Amino acid sequence: MYERLYRSLYRIRRVEEEIARAYPGDQIKSPVHLSIGQEAVSVGVCEALRPDDVVFGSYRGHALYLAKGGSLNEMTAELYGKAGGCSRGKGGSMHLIDPEAGVMGTSAVVGTTIPNAVGYAYAFRYGGPLAPRAANGSTAVPREEGSKATRGASGPPSSTAVVASFFGDGATEEGVFAESLNFAALKQLPILFVCENNQYAIHTHQSRRQGSLAICERARAHGVPAERIEDNDVLRLFERTQDVVAQIRDGQGPYFFEVMTYRWQEHVGPGQDYRLGYRTEEEARPWMENDQVSRLAALVEPGCRAQIEAEIEEEVAAAFAHAKACPFPDAQELYTDVFKEAQHAH
Amino acid sequence: MPTNLKPVPVRRAALPAASGRTLSYVEAVREAADLEMARDAAVVLFGLDVDDPKAIQGTTRGLLEKYGPDRVFGTPLSEDAMAGVAVGMALAGLRPIHVHIRMDFLMLAMNQLVNVAAKCRYMYGGRVSVPLVVRAMIGKSWGQGAQHSQGLYSFFMHVPGLKVVAPSTPYDAKGCLAAAVRDDNPVLYVEHRLLHFQSGPVPEGEYTVLPGRARVTAVGEDVTIVGISQMQMECLAAHRYLEVIGVRAEVIDPIWLSPLDMDSIAASVEKTGRLLVVDNGWVTCGAGAEIVAQVAERLMAVRDVRVRRMGFAPVTCPTTPGLEALYYPNARTIAAAARDLVEGRETGWLPEEKPDLQCVEFKGPF
Ligand SMILES: Cc1ncc(C[n+]2csc(CCOP(=O)(O)OP(=O)(O)O)c2C)c(N)n1
Ligand SMILES: [Mg+2]
Repeated sequence: MYERLYRSLYRIRRVEEEIARAYPGDQIKSPVHLSIGQEAVSVGVCEALRPDDVVFGSYRGHALYLAKGGSLNEMTAELYGKAGGCSRGKGGSMHLIDPEAGVMGTSAVVGTTIPNAVGYAYAFRYGGPLAPRAANGSTAVPREEGSKATRGASGPPSSTAVVASFFGDGATEEGVFAESLNFAALKQLPILFVCENNQYAIHTHQSRRQGSLAICERARAHGVPAERIEDNDVLRLFERTQDVVAQIRDGQGPYFFEVMTYRWQEHVGPGQDYRLGYRTEEEARPWMENDQVSRLAALVEPGCRAQIEAEIEEEVAAAFAHAKACPFPDAQELYTDVFKEAQHAH
Repeated sequence: MPTNLKPVPVRRAALPAASGRTLSYVEAVREAADLEMARDAAVVLFGLDVDDPKAIQGTTRGLLEKYGPDRVFGTPLSEDAMAGVAVGMALAGLRPIHVHIRMDFLMLAMNQLVNVAAKCRYMYGGRVSVPLVVRAMIGKSWGQGAQHSQGLYSFFMHVPGLKVVAPSTPYDAKGCLAAAVRDDNPVLYVEHRLLHFQSGPVPEGEYTVLPGRARVTAVGEDVTIVGISQMQMECLAAHRYLEVIGVRAEVIDPIWLSPLDMDSIAASVEKTGRLLVVDNGWVTCGAGAEIVAQVAERLMAVRDVRVRRMGFAPVTCPTTPGLEALYYPNARTIAAAARDLVEGRETGWLPEEKPDLQCVEFKGPF
């Protein structure tokens, strides 16, 4: 178990360190919002999910995408704007997707994927297992192709898959957050809300934005049971997610985690930002001393750890080499995929 | 499905005198939803009050009983989140129809429609699609006023990745809703409350009226009049006022506003040399502006063309009847504008009102 968590944590850390290192080279022409320091949130949750579960996230989405099993090669190629990118180079760092891995999208507009995740959960609960999940051989029933009325009016049986919706503390201030919680509670949907509370929205502290800092209370007020995970604690989060997701699969409705965490780097970009004066190194220090990557490293047997790290170094180097070697999309790709063209006659 | 592959016939020819079945616009919308839900279990329908006793003017009546509360449900008053929920469902392979009883309320759903639904396919490199239908209604008359009367579809025409349709007859209401539901992309389906009261021939069974095909609703040589949504009715009445004075107007219903059938419109204007577009919204940056601009671009080197746009007065819709009447174009003012275009001068002519050419009025309370 520790090995698995460590592998994922270390891998994400190393990928983002490499992004930061490569960034000044100006080949990554995409704003990057790094999760360095916050990896524990994505890893703690995603390691407790099944491959056919689905996640949605925000522009700070590298960690989530990788933790859920998104293709690393496709992510690096995406950052470099290459045709081999997960979004064919047309989405960039803020719009990562990997339907085969259950990563169904990340958005640059704060709060925006929360209701999308709720809608996906509705489909799992009431609409049955659906098309995107069929790709990796999960339990999905493939959706009927064509237009014949062979499925009948009752619909396929529902899935036991769940959705996890990741968003920041700032997103909880958007109206759509409240609306989404209400609907998820009303329909008792199979969804886990994960608020990554790093206490900042860009450079503004939560206490300067929220009349009440009790985010969990707000979730409860909508009828969604909620709990706060302190100290970026990956083991506790992993354990709790296992329990909670089992309940959700069992039909017990939505659940909410507020996970206390801390962003080490600047809001957007590869560097640090203490010089801006909105926060101090003293504030950051305890979070760095409590680094979950180092914590898990110490729990893994040294030989095993060395092997994990060596494998990851190789994988990361290969992914960046792959991204650089990939071709850019052709000029005609400017016009492709605005619409999905009809596959068959109406 | 060969019947559906036929080109859209000219409406008058298409109206199936043989079967002779007449339905109201409301019944046509309801029937299309019913047939699509029967045909494909992925179709779900929801929105504020779709399951209440009034059933959205009757357009959703009986669907809850037939398809159950998982597929037909009323929602909380959460336009933003419910639009996002619809997108999420569509990403998961469902085919949601999200109903808004007022187009004005779409403003609360703009983020999901413009930033998400329209973008997903492109910004994710073609890996997903969003088969979503948004039904939205435009109100008119009997004091609908500032916030219950807006025709805001041009906002959506502006955005790549969205389709927009505004059927004006029961026949097209049914065929376009079926086409919208089967389309793999987000479609804004624009209804007009006054059109709901119209009846017309509607064939039984399934058929679609496909995107990007306009319909010539009256043939003429002197001036092309394009009428959008409910203005199509006013334009057909204007056609008759013009007949009396010997002006033969060609009337076109674009039906689909995005994609627009510019071939049909430009071909007509190439013949008539005069284009009047009557929009069901404000003129500035409206659908009419787009149609006129495209005609100008196409025909610049072909022939001289005179153009004119009409639409809502450039003010907020007032409620008091006298001012409200002045706010909208009507058959007589349209006829007058068309004649002026044909003669190339301000004639000052306004036809005498004919009771049989008055369009239906709406009576309250709502
Ligand atoms: C709707 C919207 N408003 C404003 C912004 C600008 N913006 C980008 S990130 C951000 C802060 C969001 O903070 P939080 O949700 O806590 O996420 P974090 O960046 O801390 O991960 C803001 C305000 C935006 N992208 N979208
Ligand atoms: Mg934050």
